Amino acid sequence: MTSLRRGVRYAVLLLITAVFVTPLVWMLLTSLKTYDNAQQDPPSWLPNPFSTYGYDQIVNNTANPVLRWFGNSLLAASLHTLLVLVTASMAAYALARLRFRGRKLSFALIVGTLFLPPTSLIIPNFVIAERLGWIDTLTVVVVPGAASAFGVFFLRQFFLSIPQELEEAAVLDGANHWQIFFQVLLPLSKPALATLAVLSFLTNWNDFLWPVYVLFSPERLTLPAGLGLLQGAYVTDYPVIMAGAVLASVPVLILFVLAQRHIIQGVSRSGLKG
Amino acid sequence: MADVIEVGAAREGAPPPAGGRPRRGGATERGHRATPYLFLAPYLVLFGAFGLAPILFGVWISLHQWDLQLPNRPFTGLANYKDLFSSDSAIYGDWWSSIRATGLFTVLSVPLLVVVPLGLALLLNRSFPGRTFFRAAFFAPYVLGVAVIGLLWRFLLDANLGLVNGLLGAVGLPADTPWVTDVPWAWVSLVGVTVWWTCGFNAVIYLAGLQDIPAELYEAARMDGANGWARFRHVTLPGLRPVLLFVLTTTILASANVFGQSFLITQGAPGEQTRTVVWRIVDEGLRDYDAGRAAAMSVLFALMLAVVSIVNFRLFRYRED
Repeated sequence: MTSLRRGVRYAVLLLITAVFVTPLVWMLLTSLKTYDNAQQDPPSWLPNPFSTYGYDQIVNNTANPVLRWFGNSLLAASLHTLLVLVTASMAAYALARLRFRGRKLSFALIVGTLFLPPTSLIIPNFVIAERLGWIDTLTVVVVPGAASAFGVFFLRQFFLSIPQELEEAAVLDGANHWQIFFQVLLPLSKPALATLAVLSFLTNWNDFLWPVYVLFSPERLTLPAGLGLLQGAYVTDYPVIMAGAVLASVPVLILFVLAQRHIIQGVSRSGLKG
Repeated sequence: MADVIEVGAAREGAPPPAGGRPRRGGATERGHRATPYLFLAPYLVLFGAFGLAPILFGVWISLHQWDLQLPNRPFTGLANYKDLFSSDSAIYGDWWSSIRATGLFTVLSVPLLVVVPLGLALLLNRSFPGRTFFRAAFFAPYVLGVAVIGLLWRFLLDANLGLVNGLLGAVGLPADTPWVTDVPWAWVSLVGVTVWWTCGFNAVIYLAGLQDIPAELYEAARMDGANGWARFRHVTLPGLRPVLLFVLTTTILASANVFGQSFLITQGAPGEQTRTVVWRIVDEGLRDYDAGRAAAMSVLFALMLAVVSIVNFRLFRYRED
C-alpha cells in the first residue's frame, strides 16, 4: 500500500517535472538543428543532423551582434550587483545598528516603496535619466535599478538577527563603526550577501522592459533587449532564435545550479518577511 | 506583508546601541556624529533620485502637455486625466482596451497562480528522496527572463511548427489551434505560459510557510480524528493565512504589470486585444513621446492597484474576525 502510494507520488512528480523541463530541453535541441530540420511538420525530437547552424548565425552577425550583447549584459549585471551590495549593505548597517535623527522616517520611506509597482515610475525615471544624459549608455541599465528597496530591507533584517555581543568585543578593542562593519558584520553576513548578489544579478540580467526602451544603438543593447530584435530579424528561423535564447539562459541556469540554496532562501525570506 | 511592519515595529522597541558617550567636537566613542549619514548616503542618493523623486515628478509630468521632443511643456492641469475618461478623446479607446486586457489577464491568471503553486508545495512538503531535485525543476523556469520564455513559447505555440500543436496532433487532437493569433486561445496561451513560468516562485514561498506550521498542530488534529481534508482545512489553511495574503497581493501586482509575455508571444494580437496597460503606457510615453499622458496613465493605474491591494487586505482582515 505505502509503496504503491510512493509510486503514484513519484509518477505525478515526474509528470509535472516533464511539463516544466520539456520546453527548456526543446529550446536546446532546436538550437542544434538546421533550418530545414526545424521546419519539419510534425516536429522531430532529436536534431537530424546535429548542427551548429544557429550558433554560426549569431556568432558572425554584424547586424545583430549577439556576443556583444552577451558581454554588455554580463558587464551591466556585474556592475549592478556590486553597486547594490555596497550601497544596500552600508545603508542596512546604519538602519540596523546606528541611532540617528531621521532613522525611522528613512526606513518607513524605503519600506513604503516596496509596495509600489516599479513600472509606475518608468516615465519619470526615463525623463530623469535623459536629463542626466544616460539614455543609450551602460549606466542607464546599471544604476537606476539599484534604488530598489529590497536589498536594504533584506540585509537590515539579516543584520538584526546577528547577536550584538559579537560586535561588543570589537568595541572594547576600540574599533569604530567602519571597522565593525567591514571586519565583524560583513564577514558574518556572507550567506545573506551571496543571496542578495545572486538575486540582483538575476534581476538585472533578465530585465527586459527598461532596456528595450532606453537603449537604441545595436552595439549597446543588453541580451534580452537584443533577443527581441533577433526575433524580428529571423521570424521563423527558429534554430537561430533558440540559439540566442540558450545563450541568455546558460549563465542564469549555471548560477541557479550553483547557488540554488541561496536563491530559494532569498525567495522564501521575501515571502515570510516582506 | 503585515509581518513587515510587525517585525520592524518589534525591533524598534529595542533601540540599537547608542553611539557611545559624546566626546568633544561631535565625536562619539565609535565615530563621528555624521557617521550614520555617511553609511546611508550612497544608497539615499540612488533612492532619492530613482525611487522617491520619480513619484512626485511623475505626478508633476502628468499635469503638463509634456512632449519629450518639444522644448515647451505647458501646464494643463488635469487635462491628461480628463482625456482618459472622455469617450471623444483619441486615447480613450486604446486606454480602456488595455485596461480590459490587463484586467482579463489578471482575473484569469491570479486564481491559478494562487492555487496551483499551493498544490505543488503540498506535494513537496515532506521529506523524501529527490525532493530537492523536484523543487529545483519546478523553480527552474522562473530564473529565466521574460525575453527567453517569450521567444521560446512564441515558437512552442507556433500554429504550424510548434511543439504544442505537434503533440496534440500526435494524440489525434486538432493540430491547427491558432494559439498566439486569435482569441480565446491567445488568453489561454498568455495565462498558461505565465503559470508555467512563475508558479515555482509562489510554490517556494508556500513551502517556507508550510514548514513554519508546528507539527504538533497536525498531531493534535490527527488525535481528534481529523482526516486529510479536515487537517488541510483547519490546520494548513489558517496557518498559511499571512503567506496567502502575501502571495495573493504580490501575484495581483505582478499580473497587473504584465508586459513581456504579450509583447513577445501574442504581440498584441489579435488586433490590439492583448496589448496591456504597461505596454500602452511605455508606448505612449517613450515611443510616441507623450510623456504627460503616459504619466497620467501611470498615476491612474497605480491608484487602481492601490485600491485593489487595500480591498484585498480588508477582506482578509475581515475574515479573521
